[in-house]
Formats: sequence, C-alpha cells, structure tokens
Amino acid sequence: MDALSWDGTLTSRDFLVSARAFAEKWKEFNSAFPPWTWVPCPPKQPTCYLPQLQQQRQGYLSLEKTCLPGSSKKGHVASQEDIDEISLTEGEEELEPVDNATLVETNNSPQVCYYDFHIVHSDSYRVPVLYFRGYYIDGHPLALDEIEKDLPACSAKVLLESKWTFITQEEHPYLNRPWYKLHPCGTSEWMKLLFLGDDSLAKNGVAVEQYLVSWLSVVGQVVGIRIPFEMLNNPKSCN
Amino acid sequence: MDMEAQRYVWDGAIPLQIHLHESDVATLPAPPPALILAPRIGYLPLLASHLKSHFSSALPPRLDTIWFEYKGLPLKWYIPTGVLFDLLCAEPERPWNLTVHFTGYPVNILIPCEGEDSVKWSFINSLKEAAYIINGNCKNVMNMSQPDQVELWRSVLNGNLEPYRRVSTKLKLGTVGDEYAAKLNLSGETDFSGQVKAGRVPVRLYVWSVSEDFEDLEDAPQIDSWDKVSYINRPVEIQGGEGGRCFTLHDAVKSLLPEYFLDKSLSNEESLTVGDEHEQRVSSEDASSDRKAEEEVENSSEHITSCYQHDDAEIKLVRIQGIQPKLEIPFSWVANNLMNPEHFLHICVYLKVPQANTMS
Repeated sequence: MDALSWDGTLTSRDFLVSARAFAEKWKEFNSAFPPWTWVPCPPKQPTCYLPQLQQQRQGYLSLEKTCLPGSSKKGHVASQEDIDEISLTEGEEELEPVDNATLVETNNSPQVCYYDFHIVHSDSYRVPVLYFRGYYIDGHPLALDEIEKDLPACSAKVLLESKWTFITQEEHPYLNRPWYKLHPCGTSEWMKLLFLGDDSLAKNGVAVEQYLVSWLSVVGQVVGIRIPFEMLNNPKSCN
Repeated sequence: MDMEAQRYVWDGAIPLQIHLHESDVATLPAPPPALILAPRIGYLPLLASHLKSHFSSALPPRLDTIWFEYKGLPLKWYIPTGVLFDLLCAEPERPWNLTVHFTGYPVNILIPCEGEDSVKWSFINSLKEAAYIINGNCKNVMNMSQPDQVELWRSVLNGNLEPYRRVSTKLKLGTVGDEYAAKLNLSGETDFSGQVKAGRVPVRLYVWSVSEDFEDLEDAPQIDSWDKVSYINRPVEIQGGEGGRCFTLHDAVKSLLPEYFLDKSLSNEESLTVGDEHEQRVSSEDASSDRKAEEEVENSSEHITSCYQHDDAEIKLVRIQGIQPKLEIPFSWVANNLMNPEHFLHICVYLKVPQANTMS
C-alpha cells in the first residue's frame, strides 16, 4: 500500500494477517506477559450460524486474565511495567508523604483484579477496536469507577471530560455481553498520521503486518499496556 | 424526494401493555398494567417517567434502574422498540405484553442505563458510526453545535420529523439514491475519471436462527435467549448493477448472507434467480466463499452426507420496520425511507437452521 494515499483503515482480511504477525512478535519480545491468542468464532454457539459474517471476520485477538500495570492491586504478571507506578507514587508522595502508604494498603486489602482485552475488527470503521473488562478473582465485574483507578492518570482525566465518547460500555460484538470499549472514530486518522511520519513506510509502503503493533502502541497507553520497543522495529527498515 | 414512507416510519407506534413484575409489587392488589403507544423509533427506557408515575403507588421505596422483559428475555434498551418488536414477535402481538422491572437489573446481560443520557449517547454514537460508514469520517456529527444536538435528540424523542430533517441535512449524510443516480449517469457516459465511489449503507442486521420448522409465523417458537440472535453492524456496499440494473433489497440481503442464496430460495420465489451468481461477486473478501460456492454447485449432484452446515438452512422472513418489503425494491429506496433516525437500516431476518447444528 502507498502510505500517502492510504486512509488509515484495515480490511477484515488484513486484520487477520496483522493479528497473526502481532501475536508472533508479542510472544517473541514480551515473553514475561501472557500471549495474545486468536479466538476464532466459537463454532458451538448458534451465533456462529451467522455464516459469512463470521467466516469473513473469523474472530478476535484476546489477552485474558492479565493485570493492569498501573493497577494498585499488586502481585502479578505485570512486573516490568512499573515505571508508571513509580512516577505516580512519587507524585503522590510529594503531596502527602505520610498518609500515602497507609492509604494504599487499606484500600486494596487482598483483592486481586484481572483484565481481559479483546481486539476486534470493526466493519463500520474498518479499524481494530479495543474491548476490555475487569473483574475480581471471584468473577465479579469491576464497575467503571473501579477500573478508573487502575488506568493511567491521563486516561482517568479524559474519562472525566468525555464520559460518553471515550470509553463506554457496549456490547461485545461476538460475545453479546457488556464490555468496555474504546471509541474508534478517530483511529484511521491518527493511524494515517502515524504511518506518514515514518520515513521507511513512506518509502516502502504500508506494511499490514505492522499495523496492530503501531495501533496498540498508541491505544495501549490508554489502559496501560506497553509495547516493548523492539516490537516497533519495522522488519523492512532492518534490511 | 417522496418522504411519505419516512413519515409512516416516524409515526409508527407499537401498543404496549406493560405489567409490573410481581417482585416489584409492594401493595395488594397488584396494579393494573399500563397501556402505552411506544414509538417504533424510540427506546424503552424513555418510557420510564410515564411508567414510574403509573405504578408509583405500588412500587417499593428503593428503586434500581428500569428494565424490560418479554417472556423472560431481558430486552436490550439500545435496540429501537420497533426493531425489538419485529425481531421478538414473529407473529405481531397486539398489544405487546411486556414486563417492567424497577429492581434487579441484569448487569451481565444488559449494558447499564443511566436514564435518558445513556440512550441519547447510544443514539449519537450510532449516528457517528453511520456517518463514518457513509462519509469515511464523522466530523459532521462531532462538530454538531450544541443547539443542533439538542434539537436533533428532542426531535427523535418527540417524533417530530420536520426539525429532525432540518438538523440532519446539515450532517451531509446524503441519501443513497442521489449517489446512485449520479453513478448511473457517470457509467452511462463511460467517464471513468469520475471517481465513482461505491455507496456504503449503514445496516444493522439481526438474524434469528430457529431450529424448529414452522409453516405459519404464529407457530414460530419464542426467542428465549439472546444467544439465538446474532446482530451485527455491517455496511452494505451498493454496487451499480451491470447494464444499469438496479441494486435491489435482494442484492443487499444476498451480500449480507451470501450462503443462503446458492440454491435455496426465499418464499418469495419470483424475485430470486440463481443465474446472476457470478457477475455479483466482486470484492476480494468474497473470493473464498465464492470458491466454496462453486464447489458446492459442482458437488450438488452427488450430495450425500458431508454437507456444509448451511445446506439445509433457509431464510424464512426479511422484516424491516414491521413490513416484509418485496425483495425487488431498489435498496436505495429501502435505505432512505426505512432507516431509523440514527441512519442505520435495521433488518430482521428469520433463518431456519437444521436441528442437529444447534444441538452441538
């Protein structure tokens, strides 16, 4: 694809290609994290009887039972991403140096929270969309104000300002259950900008394989998922 | 452009008889049901204030979010009332008997609803999505002035078509017909530099899969779980037909559910021909199904046991805004006239599927 005429969108077929490439790379460079897996439309459900619809769209990328790095509820997988947390705590300490520790302690007794992330292709916007949900270890779902505490500070701020247009609860397109969704209406535009800013892409054309990596490097910041720097290296530019 | 049909849609209403669920009845005797005409293009939570005052004397002191149920199935509030009716009442039930709850909101099934604000933003977000499908961006919706936004929503709330038209024309969501006509002209002059872009129509497709066979809609089984319904936002690309042939509703349904058009036919026999199978396939995404389709046609003479799942499936019914439009109607007309105010065309399809499949 020519980067200049490209509109920043992705077909469902290219989404699949990109998703596979992304999952591979993630495994390679981010082995401390659980892997992203491709979930094909589960054939058991009658939902899947929606034949062509599902076959074309096939499924979604899934990262389940993980913990948000910014989360104050500690003790799990997200070990390497503590920079966020440190800087946050430092900020707090300047304000309330004494109370901070006790506050944190009392707030999160032994509660463990998990997050599921799904990346689904939207036919309408022709871009990937991030769906997620949070829940306690007993399966009880987290409400948005509880999730908010786990989000990076900047996200919590945007959430406050744009309650209805940033993160809202909507139905998961495959599971038909309420999930949180990051609104995708600007995605194609900033994806285009992102790719235009990359000289090697401007020369070599848009690599579909690289789409999801670049996309998650931006979207992930909202929920605190970090992409290892090595993943962002475009294989084409190495040659 | 003739807008009579659109007015019918806007004036359309469903007579509801709403019963208060027994667990919410705090007095004896139980209150009589509420009778309400609910606009087709409206949403159930918008009836809350009316119902609260109707049932006020019987309600317990602590109330939760309002929600509705039809024969045990919690109703998704973000689906327009008319669409719920078309989808869940195979044979239209009048009045439609619903149960209202003021406690025990089923958080695992329904998206939380904070009253009118939630409904309004669900509407606006759908409108944004529709705008994106049509124009490739949603700037016009995002940049709508505050007064326009208020007026647009109020027009939907009150079912006032005139103010709605006034505001919605500013959104430049066009009408598919215009674009289609323009395209025909261009192709007539074989002017290929004319940037013919295919029209995309925002469609929300609801497919209800039934495993039992039924002759009459009266005998159709109840939908007792949302798992039996698939719904999906899926744009339909209007393709200028070859030789000026018009893109019909039949073409649209076929592009949404291509598998059912291989050798099966709708009850509406005359409008279905298998002959144009090949000229219709264009997009590369269809390539794999196309191959499968051809294989199947080839194998059909020696069909024995290893059938594809969909072999015995059949489209029983296509319903839009309470009617079963003839499938030979131009799709641009259907889209322009039967769409909901958020610019989505909601199509309900009843699909009969083989029994064995749903058991697995």
